[in-house]
Order: sequence, then C-alpha cells, then structure tokens
Amino acid sequence: MWQSARNDLIIKDGRFMSNMHITMDGNEAAASVAYRTTEAAVIYPITPASPMGEFFDDWASRGRTNIWGDVPKIVEMQSEGGAIGAAHGVLQSGALCTTATASQGLLLMIPNLYKIAGELTSFVIHVAARSVATHALSIFGDHSDVMACRQTGFAILASMNVQEAHDQAAISLAATLRSRIPFIHFFDGFRTSHELNSVAILSDDQLRTYIPQEGISAHRQRALTPDAPVLRGTAQNPDTYFQAREAINPFYDHLPNILVEEMRRFGRLTGRHYQPYEYRGHPQATRIIMLMGSGAETTSETVKVLAAQGEDVGCVIVRMYRPFVADMLINAIPVSAQKIAVLDRTKEPGSAGEPLYQDVITSLAQASMVNALPMGVMPTVIGGRYGLSSKEFTPAMVKAVLTELAKPNPKPRFTVGITDDVTHLSLPVDDNFDLPTGDSAAVFYGLGADGTVGANKNSIKIIGDLAGLHAQGYFVYDSKKSGAMTISHLRFGKEIVRAPYLIKKADFIACHAFEFLKHIDVLEKAATGGTFLLNAPMEADQVWDHLPIEIQQTLIEKQMRLFAIDAYSIARNTGMGRRINTIMQTAFFAISGILPVEQAMTAIKTAIKKTYEKRGEEVVRRNNEAVDQTLVNLHQIPLPATATSAIRQESFARTDMPEFTRRVQAVMMAGKGDLLPVSAFPVDGTWPTGTSQWEKRNIATEIPQWDTQFCIQCNKCAFVCPHAAIRAKIYDAGDLKGAPEHFKHVPYKAPDFKGMSYTLQVAPEDCTGCGLCVEVCPAKDKANPRHKAINMTLQLPIRERERDNFDFFLRIPELDRTRITRMDVKSSQFLLPLFEFSGACAGCGETPYLKLLTQLFGDRLVIANATGCSSIYGANLPTTPYSKNSDNRGPAWNNSLFEDNAEFGLGIRLGLDQHILQTRRLVTELSSVLGTALATALLNADQSSEKGIIEQRKRVADLRTALKTVKDPRADILSRMADYLVRKSVWIVGGDGWAYDIGFGGLDHVLSLPYDVNILVLDTEVYSNTGGQSSKSTPIGAVAKFAAAGKSTQKKDLGLMAMSYRHAYVASVAFGANDNHTVRVFSDAAAYPGPSLIIAYSHCIAHGYDLKFGAGQQKLAVDSGVWPLYHYDPRLIAQGKHPLQIDSSIQRADVRDYLRNETRFSMVEKMNPERFRELSEAAVRNTAERLALYTQLAGFAIPETPTVVKGDAPADARKGS
Amino acid sequence: MDLSTQYMGFNLPHPLIPGASPMVDDLDTVRRLEDAGAPMIIMHSIFEEQLVKEELYVDWTIMQGEYNSGEASGYLPTPYHFRLGPDTYLKQLQKIKQAVRVPVIASLNGHTRGGWTAYAKLLQESGADGIELNLYDLILSIGRDSADVERESLEIIRDVRGTVRLPLAVKLSPFYTSPVHFVAQAARAGAENVVIFNRFYQADIDIENLTVKRDLKLSTSDELLPRLKWTAALSGQVNCHLAITGGVHSVEDIVKCIMVGADAVQMVSALLKHGPDHLTTLRDALARWMQAHEYTSVKQMKGCMNMKRSPQPELFERGNYIEILQGWKK
Repeated sequence: MWQSARNDLIIKDGRFMSNMHITMDGNEAAASVAYRTTEAAVIYPITPASPMGEFFDDWASRGRTNIWGDVPKIVEMQSEGGAIGAAHGVLQSGALCTTATASQGLLLMIPNLYKIAGELTSFVIHVAARSVATHALSIFGDHSDVMACRQTGFAILASMNVQEAHDQAAISLAATLRSRIPFIHFFDGFRTSHELNSVAILSDDQLRTYIPQEGISAHRQRALTPDAPVLRGTAQNPDTYFQAREAINPFYDHLPNILVEEMRRFGRLTGRHYQPYEYRGHPQATRIIMLMGSGAETTSETVKVLAAQGEDVGCVIVRMYRPFVADMLINAIPVSAQKIAVLDRTKEPGSAGEPLYQDVITSLAQASMVNALPMGVMPTVIGGRYGLSSKEFTPAMVKAVLTELAKPNPKPRFTVGITDDVTHLSLPVDDNFDLPTGDSAAVFYGLGADGTVGANKNSIKIIGDLAGLHAQGYFVYDSKKSGAMTISHLRFGKEIVRAPYLIKKADFIACHAFEFLKHIDVLEKAATGGTFLLNAPMEADQVWDHLPIEIQQTLIEKQMRLFAIDAYSIARNTGMGRRINTIMQTAFFAISGILPVEQAMTAIKTAIKKTYEKRGEEVVRRNNEAVDQTLVNLHQIPLPATATSAIRQESFARTDMPEFTRRVQAVMMAGKGDLLPVSAFPVDGTWPTGTSQWEKRNIATEIPQWDTQFCIQCNKCAFVCPHAAIRAKIYDAGDLKGAPEHFKHVPYKAPDFKGMSYTLQVAPEDCTGCGLCVEVCPAKDKANPRHKAINMTLQLPIRERERDNFDFFLRIPELDRTRITRMDVKSSQFLLPLFEFSGACAGCGETPYLKLLTQLFGDRLVIANATGCSSIYGANLPTTPYSKNSDNRGPAWNNSLFEDNAEFGLGIRLGLDQHILQTRRLVTELSSVLGTALATALLNADQSSEKGIIEQRKRVADLRTALKTVKDPRADILSRMADYLVRKSVWIVGGDGWAYDIGFGGLDHVLSLPYDVNILVLDTEVYSNTGGQSSKSTPIGAVAKFAAAGKSTQKKDLGLMAMSYRHAYVASVAFGANDNHTVRVFSDAAAYPGPSLIIAYSHCIAHGYDLKFGAGQQKLAVDSGVWPLYHYDPRLIAQGKHPLQIDSSIQRADVRDYLRNETRFSMVEKMNPERFRELSEAAVRNTAERLALYTQLAGFAIPETPTVVKGDAPADARKGS
Repeated sequence: MDLSTQYMGFNLPHPLIPGASPMVDDLDTVRRLEDAGAPMIIMHSIFEEQLVKEELYVDWTIMQGEYNSGEASGYLPTPYHFRLGPDTYLKQLQKIKQAVRVPVIASLNGHTRGGWTAYAKLLQESGADGIELNLYDLILSIGRDSADVERESLEIIRDVRGTVRLPLAVKLSPFYTSPVHFVAQAARAGAENVVIFNRFYQADIDIENLTVKRDLKLSTSDELLPRLKWTAALSGQVNCHLAITGGVHSVEDIVKCIMVGADAVQMVSALLKHGPDHLTTLRDALARWMQAHEYTSVKQMKGCMNMKRSPQPELFERGNYIEILQGWKK
C-alpha cells in the first residue's frame, strides 16, 4: 500500500521521470529494472523473492509499460520448475524474459539452468538469496541457493546493497545480451531484498540508452521460428557431446571483458562505477577480507574506518562469482597483501573449503605456479563462514576476522558470528566494537497487527523526501502469525546509510505494546541520553509506577527522556480499533525533532491521503483525527532519582520446564537465541514436541468465559478453537478434589456418561481471542439472545484465576477413550488434543482440522507436512505445537519440501509397512515361545476402533513382558519393534499451493497407488503463507495476488480428479457447515485401507473478513453449493451403494450472498462492477453445473462387479496392522 | 391522448417512472427501460453510512494481515483501480448518462450533514439531472423527539438546496405526525418534488434461532392505500410536485395515483416482476383506460379525487374509516 502510493509519487504518466533518489527495498529495486526491460516474466511465490513477482504483477495490472511501450506478460506458474520451463520457452521464441526466485525455488530450476546456459541464451534471474533447507527450513538469507548453481553455466553477479540490486539488474541484462551467457543476479535475502534504502533510480531513457539493442536483435534472430527453422535440444552421443560442450568456452572467456565494459558504460551513463572485483581499504594493506553480498558492504565500511586509523587492512568485494576470473581478482588485491580471509555465506560440509574460498585459493595457487603473483609469495589464505540464514554480520565480526588474520597462525577454517563450543571454529568477537556514525538510529517494538511496520515505512519516506535525509529501514519479525512482535530498525543521516546490520545503539526507542515490558529488555539498545516512547494504556501519572523496575533503572542510568501516550485509547476514540500506527508515528515525529512538528504533521497527513484515499474518505478522516489527537495526549514523564517499582520483569525460563526447554527454548523465546552456542542444539534438527505450552503469550485482550447456566454441552466451541485453547472434559466428581475455588463444573447432561462432571475450560494465556467459539455457540440466554453459554470477556481481570483453573483442568484424568461408543463432534472434544497453542493466525481455519486429527489418531499419527502455513505454525521455532499424551505418545512430524510432500508421506508408509512386516514375521517365528494365543491375537487384532487399538497396545505390553524371559536373540529385536504392531496412521498434510499446484504431480501419483495413506488438503484457495498469491484452487471471481482483477477461470476440481481413480477415498469437508460430517470423514478416511484424500475448506485471513465469522461463512459456502460436502467411498460399491454420496443439501443459499461477504470477491465489485457481475454469474453457473455433475455421478448405475483395492501393496500393509 | 406531465422540472411524455431500484446496476436493463419508454431513470440511493462502513471494513480486512510476518507483506492485493466510497456509484451514473437520453436522477441517503451536501455535490458534478433525497432514517434513540427529527430533515433539505442547482425531490417515510404540515415546510425548504412514500426493508424475526431475518419482499397493490390517502391530502395544499411510489402495479393503481393528485408514479416491484417492457404495457393501458373513460389528458384527471374536493376532509377521512370498520364487520 505504501509502495503503491510512493510509486504514484515517482512515476508520472506511468514513466520513471529522471535520475531521482527514492526509498525502496532491494526487491523493488531489482524488479523495477527487470520489469521495464522484459517482455515476459514467469513467476512463482517464494520468500523472500515473492515481492519481485508481486511487483511485476501489480505493475502489469496497472498497465505500466516496459521501456519499449508494451505491458510485459506476467504469468504465475505452478512451481519454480514450471516457471523456468516457461522462461526457457519464452526465450526460445526470441522474446526477453525474466523471473525471480530463491532457495528451493532456484534449486528446482537447476536442470533448466544447464539447458538455458548450454544454449547460450540471454536471460537474467533475480535471486533474493536464501538458505536451502537442511536440518531445518529457513526463510532467511545466505548464499547456499546461489552456490548450488555455480556449476550450471550461468554467470553469477552479486549485489551488496539496494542500489546495486537496481544497477546490476541492468548491468547483468546488458552483459547477457552482449555475451549470450545467462546471469543469476543475486542479493542477500531479507538483508538487501527487504531493506529500505535510498536508491538513485534509472530512468526509462537511461535504460533505453543502456540496454544494447543489437543484443536484443541478435536474441530475436536466434528465435525458433518456422520461417527460419532450426532444431535445438538434440541428443548427442559419445562421439560428439564432449567436443560440442567445449565449443562454448570462448563465450566464457569473453564474458569478463564484456562485463567490465558494460560496468564502465554504466558508470559513464550514471556516475556509479562498478568493477567485477573491487578493492577498498588501505593502499598497502597486508590483511584482506574477500566476500560478496551485503557482508561486503559491512566489511568495506569497517575497513574504511580502520584504514583511516592507520590499520593496513582492506577488502575485495567480489561481484562476479561466475565465471570466476582469477587474473581480475588477483589484480584487485594490493601487492602488499600477506594474509587473506575469504568469507563464504554458505556451508559446504565435507569440502576442502567453501566455494569462494576454494576459488580464491585456486586462483592464487595457479598464479603462484607460474610466478604471476603480484605480491610475490603466496599469501596465507583462510576461509570462514558467516551469516548463515541472515545471522547478523557486524563490523565487530569484520574486526574479529582481521584480528584473527593478524595472528601468526590464524585459524585456516573458522566461523564468525556464533559461539562454536563443539568444534571450536568460531572467532571471538568484541561486542563493544562498533563503527562511529553520524546517523540517527531508532528502534520500534511493535505488534504484528498494529501497523508499526507500515507506519515506519511511511516515516522513512517522509524523512527521505522532506527532511532531505537518507534513510534506511529494516524489519525483524518473529515467527508467529498471530500476536507477533516486529522490531523496526530505522537509520537516517545526511549520507546514504551503508550499514546492513541491526542497530546496536539507538537514540530513540519506541515500544508500541506495553505488555512487551514484562519480558523484553526493550531498552537494551538505548543510547545514553536517548528517548523512550511508550504506548501505555493508563493515565500519564500512572505510567512510571507501572514500569518494571529494570526499565526504571535503565531509564535513570541512561538519563533518558520518557514519553508516554495511551495510543489504544486514542485509536479507540477515533474509530481506529487497535491500529495505533499513525498515532505512534506522529508521536515519533513530535518527539524526535527530525522535522518541525507542523511540517511532520502535514507530511504524515499527505502520506495518509496517499496510502488510504483509495479506501475512502472516512478512513483518511479517522487517520487524520488520530494524528490530531496524538499531540494533545503525548506526555513527557519526569524521571525520579531512583527506581521504586514493585514490578519485576519475568524470565521466560521456569523451573517446571523440561531441561531443554529451559536451557534452549526459553532463551529463544526471550529473543536471545543468538547467544546460544553450538552445543545447545541437536545435531540433526530433531526437536522435542509439546513445547508451545510453555510460551504463554497472553496475546488476547478478550477471551471466552463459560456461563454454565446456558451451556448445552455440545462442545462446538472446543471443536472450532484453532488453538486448542478451549477444552471440554468429563470426569468423575471425585476428581474435583483440590479444585480451585472458582473452578466451574456442572453435571454432565447426556445419558452416555451420566453421573459424571463436565467442565469447559479456557487456556487464558494461550487463547488468541479470535471469537470463533462464541460465534458458533448455539446456546443463548432466552431472555437475552446476545448472551450465550460462552462470551468474550476482558482477559486481564480473569487471567490468574483462569490460569489456575486451566492448570487444575489439565491435571484431571483424561476420559478413558474406549468408553466412547460413538465418535461425533461432542465426543471428539473429550479427547486430548495433541496440537495446541500454535502460532497460527487468530481464527485460523486450518488448525481445527489438525487438532481434530490429533484428537482422533494423535497417539499413532505420523504427519508428512508440505511447506506452507501448516509447516510454519506447525514447526517454526522456538516451540512446537504438536504435543504428547501422558504415555508420551503423540504425532511424529516432518516436513520434506513444498513439492514432494505426497511422495514423502508415501515413503513413510512404505517404511512403516516394512517394519510391520518384519515385526509380524518375528511374532510368527517366536509364537511358540510367546504362546500361540498371544501371537494370534497380536497378528489378527481388529484395530478398526479405538477399543481395538487400546487392546492391541495392552497385548504389545504383554508381549514385551513375555519377551523378557525369552533367550532368543530375535526377542530383543521384536521387543524394540513391537509398537509397530499397533496400527499407525500416516497423514500427508498441506495447503492448496502444494496439493493443486507444485505438489500435484506427486499427490496424483500417490493417489494412483494402493497404499494406506491419508491426504489432508487444508484448502484456503490461495498461497496463504507467502501472502495470498493465486493458486489453481483460487475460485473464479476472487482477487488474489497474481489475479488482482479477480480470477477468471474456475477452481480446479481436485476431488473429481481423485475420484476418477475409483479406488481412492475422496471427501470434501467444511467443519463450519457440518462438523459431524468432518468427524465422520476423518474416521472413515483413516479406516479406509487405501489412499484417501480429504479436501478441507479452510477460511483464511486472505479471504478478507473477520475470521470469527469463519464457521458461518463455511456454512454459506456449503449451502450455496460453492463447497459441496461429499464423500466417495469405494467400499460402498461392495455394499451395493453408489460410492459417491453427496452430504450437503443442494443450494439453500445464493452464491452471490456467499461472495459478497468476503473482500476477496467484493473487491472485484468495487473495482469493476460489470466484471464482478460476469464473474459472479459464472460462479453461479459453475456451481450449478458442478452440483449437477455430482448429482449425476452420485446416481450413476454401478456395474455388478465390485472394484476393490488391488495392487502390489502387501496384504498386511493394507490392513495396516 | 395527452399523457404528459411535469415532474422534477421536466416535461415528461407520461407519468410512469421506474423508481429507484437495483435495475440501474445493469446498463442493459437501463437501456431496455428507456426503450420501454421510461421518461426518466432514477438510480437507487447512495447510502453514506453503508459506504463508510464498507470503507472501514475493507480497510480493516486489508490491514489485518499487513506486515504481520516476514513472508507476507499482506494477504490481499491492492489493485490500482480499487477505490472505495461513492466512486462506483458515480461511475455508474456517468455510464447511464452516456447510455440514455432521458434525464437521470441520482438518489442519496446521507448519514451526516456534511455527507448529504458533499455527496449531492459529487452527484451534480458527475452529471445527474436531478437528485432524490431519501430521508430514510430509523430513529431508535429515546433522546430524539419528532420535532428534532423534522427540524434536522428540513435542515438537510435546505443544505442540499443551497449546495446544488439541480431539481430536487424528497422521498419521505410514511411516519410523520402531521405529514401535510411537514411537506409544506419541506417545500418551503426547497423540496420542489415530494415522493410518497419510502418502503422500509422490514426485518422479520426467526423465533427458533432468536435472530433477525432479512428478507426483501416486493410490494403489492395493498400498500398503495396509505399513499393514496396522503397524496389526496397533500394535493392542492402544498406547493410542490408529488410522486407516488410503493404498490403501483396495475393501470387502476396508476389512475388512482393521478386522481389523488400525483404528478408521477414510480414503479419497481411490477417492473422487477414483469420486466422493463411492462412499462410500455401499462402506459398503453393507461391511455386506453383514459380513452374508455373519456379523459383527454393526465392534467384533466390529476387531483380529481384529492381531499381539496371535499369540504371537510378530516370528516371525510373519519367517515371512510368508520365505513371500512363497519364493512369489515359485515
């Protein structure tokens, strides 16, 4: 939004006007050039490169043209593999193409990279470099993705800051057009891709002048066309392949000079000069650091300061990594150099050194061999790793490397930035070292939903535009999707800010959420004499006494100025809800004095108008009102001489935590994970489950409160709770002994457990306050229907009471699962959830399904999870929501990749089946010593019900007891494997991005096989995790990123495709419409001995409405026929029934009523009512057609011969026992 | 047969006007209405309160996920053409203006005093040929008495009259203690035309689920009766043109409207039910009826049954009332 507004500012009539400075991030900087110099872009979302594709799509949807006057064609593909395939095609047709990606996405492109390079194709890929998943996934930046492509034949060009990302996007294009060698142009993910900084913009005229037209003509000449037919992609044999491969060499030989020439030409045109290898530092430096990416900027700035102090140090900035040009590199090194440290932002385990290090060594050694080293003798070259996954790389670390180099025998291999107490590779870092700077620095602690980041982005723009300063912004997010903390780092000064690392000393600290003070040391970075702005929900004269003593002490010690404002009150009074962004922004300008207050207010209001005017005058008016209210409500709080508070900050670590949680996870919770040494961590990424219970995030202002008087004990509230924060239990009245005074309980009403007690209990500190539970509660006070059996209540006043109640609730014994005779919504909620308190969005529509899954099968559940929202809230550190029961059993979980999850889950099934086979064989072999009765019972156990499972567990226990006395060596093996005799439930879980798009091939294949796996598609109809990009599940008429005008084609009918196999169980569920149906389908799918697919309607923040209405909207989806409920059970054929059963009534509501409730649809109506009418009519038509088709299929006459599960799965495995 | 009439400052060929309805959302339907002989097009109301709520809600839905996580800058695109507020309405107004030759009347329901005038101005700037002010306000507060409500309504009329130069109509609700007095004042405040009466969306109650049911029901001819009565009372007494809306379905309904003094009749339900061509049918039927009953012009027929023709209108009304009650007993 902010970006859109700003683009309007800088672009007149759709053109970039002149060589002006504007503030943008690295993604926009690169995309701006890439877009204007391409004819097509094929894209696919992946963090942190997604914004580049989003910019392409956004600009194209506005009709913005490239420098030749055409709107580039932007197409989203089904995967990065698809994107590069399409790019290959575009290029072969002689058109210009680009794409942007990162990490696994780039790796998916590798096969085609070889082809594109081998065919000498002019092409640039822009990469926001990101870690490749190893022991864990990481969305953050390092060079491991790019380094995995160094062998493909692509040239690799590194940019170290936002300006370079802009400039080298152009340079790499010019070079590829002239050289025919394709380029990977990369910059550091997040650190550069998401850093806002001042950029001198290349105008369209400059680009037109610069991009070599003859290169484009030559590219066109090479097009595949029947008018001048040629053939490419031949198959070659041993006689020729080798020679033909070598024929390309001269192009690589010529490339370096071409690049140098293009960099020179660029310099002449813009005044910004680049070199493939650039030296900076002391002219007679003896110690040199070599590296690429944003770390090079940090190093350059550090050696500049040190060299000015007389230290003979310098650095070589490597921009051109492939082809690696030894003589250019060596010529860049001063002849005085004696010791060189080569830093790699990647890890290549088992290698002789990381890639850049090896290339440098090789280059120097080769020169040395022919006595061509300018420095005479071979310097000492050491290699180190730094900055993996965006680990901070600071001037102090640069200093540490230089200090190491100064030693007589520096470590040949090292790491910097961590404490390695295992292999002792890390260098000691003097944390007190920092660069002197004239910049002002401000750090803001905000809540994800309060608009802090957006406001700070606006502030940077104001500072850059009006104060005549250069500004830098960088934003750190935690890993939660609800109640997340954001930390904004803003620097501004008279010069362009060159500091790609976090602020260590800030003149200004703002804390936008008072509750942070409880745990977080927000003044840690405060400079002496600095200013602290606090959003405090109380009267100004109360603020001081409400501060923890630690904060008071720091304020006094550092002689700070304290300002307080009750921003939530102002927001509430001006109709802004909990959005305090403009209020805190105004307060910042009012206090900081960067601009005269009047000018700042005007600038903020101008920014408000730009940002919000499209959303209506009232939105603008309220924001302006909030600005006006700020100044009168901002108070400076005088500091007393001494700290007096009775409140103390609390540690996350608690004595009752498990040891690992206390020692490691609690440190991470406190935001101090950087301090943990190597030895703290498991060596293979294995992490304990059941740890989210220790976070107690207290993010809800209101939580549900149970009114026993009206409760009908339906358990619907517990069922829909996305965070397992509202729970039901039945228990013997005797278990109430020792209950807290206010613990609520009533007699259980239904006959099945008559005489028992019932409690509905909220986990007050884990609830996110979404309100879904209250909305679904059917029990109303008949005298006042707005009052229900549960009602939202302020959390703070009841927090402690409910905490005690919840603790007691947890201690009450769980219901004996075998006593449940009928599994439905109500009974399912008496089962312990083994998925709790995740970081999912408040009101998430996915997690209730996962919670149910763990309630039904949690103790025997193995989950293969595709990358996406469910893998992030499912396994993003520090804590994990999957948990364990009192027997320490619970879901086992892993995430392989985005694209291969179905295959991954199948593999788990295959492995389990082999274990089962082996275990059963051992039981058979040892049956004589075990006793035939036990052996037979074990082998023939009916495990189709909970009762059967529990009986089998007892038999397994008996088996282990029996085995203790058996002397056979096989007994030990059997004892270890015996749990495989209990049926395991394998679930393959992921979102629609995975199931419909990138992972569809694998999903389709797994469905085609007969193995007993269950596939759960959490269908939000959009790529939720990366921010709402369109998937093939996106319905017609919905806006999504990459479908900004409203998707014009129908949603893919995945269920219908799966049914066509005829042996797979297929179902469509929507818990908000029919929760019992959901429970039944989950049970059926698990019991089905072949593959099953459940497509689960999951409402999502990307749908654009208040998610507390999620269940109601699900019902409307089903009632209108948009989301029919059905199950296709091949077993029914044998019973003489139709396998497809439609489980929802046909169309009881209007499709248009469903559409209008969600902004993703209604936005189209606002933009283009006629298009909305067309699309909604198509939606109505499609719905009717689909229902008609299903009805026909459901009534289709089945031939006599039943279809049964066949195939090569072992019979035993099919039974799953 | 001279069916012509004067309404909103225009000489209309006949008095049958399609009233404010969703029909104007579709340009094709608008053209069909014109083809069917509609002498003017009245757009449905632009509701200030609804627009504001929508603005705030959409803004909220977009903002709720903005910069929440490192992976997503937000969850919904913000397309370039996206603009909330009256924009869509104004664009549609312009499109209708381009599509038809007959006058296009925009309709407005404000929520704030500033809103009334600001939107009226926008409607004028966007090319409306007249404005129908929709004084549709449900007073639910114990603190606002009828005098307050009437005073505010008159202020709104005066404000808008002072802001725009276009012909003005005021659409009233059926609930005034002294409607004749109020309309006279409204006319003085600038309401050159008065529309009698708005039909309120009447919510029903779901007694099973203890919720409110919203259901839009089309009108029936029965609803015409109070409108006939009050038009009969106003006609000849107040200095403004009168239109009847709500319950006009048959040619007889139309004749009654004219006879009690309406200069124009507005129809929605009948056209929604039978389609735009129904307008032609009714117009022709009106001409036939008048011919059969030896009327030569609408002007001749207009007001022939208004209460001014009665020496003691109150008594006449009361007499009718008693008559009806007695009749029911029989």
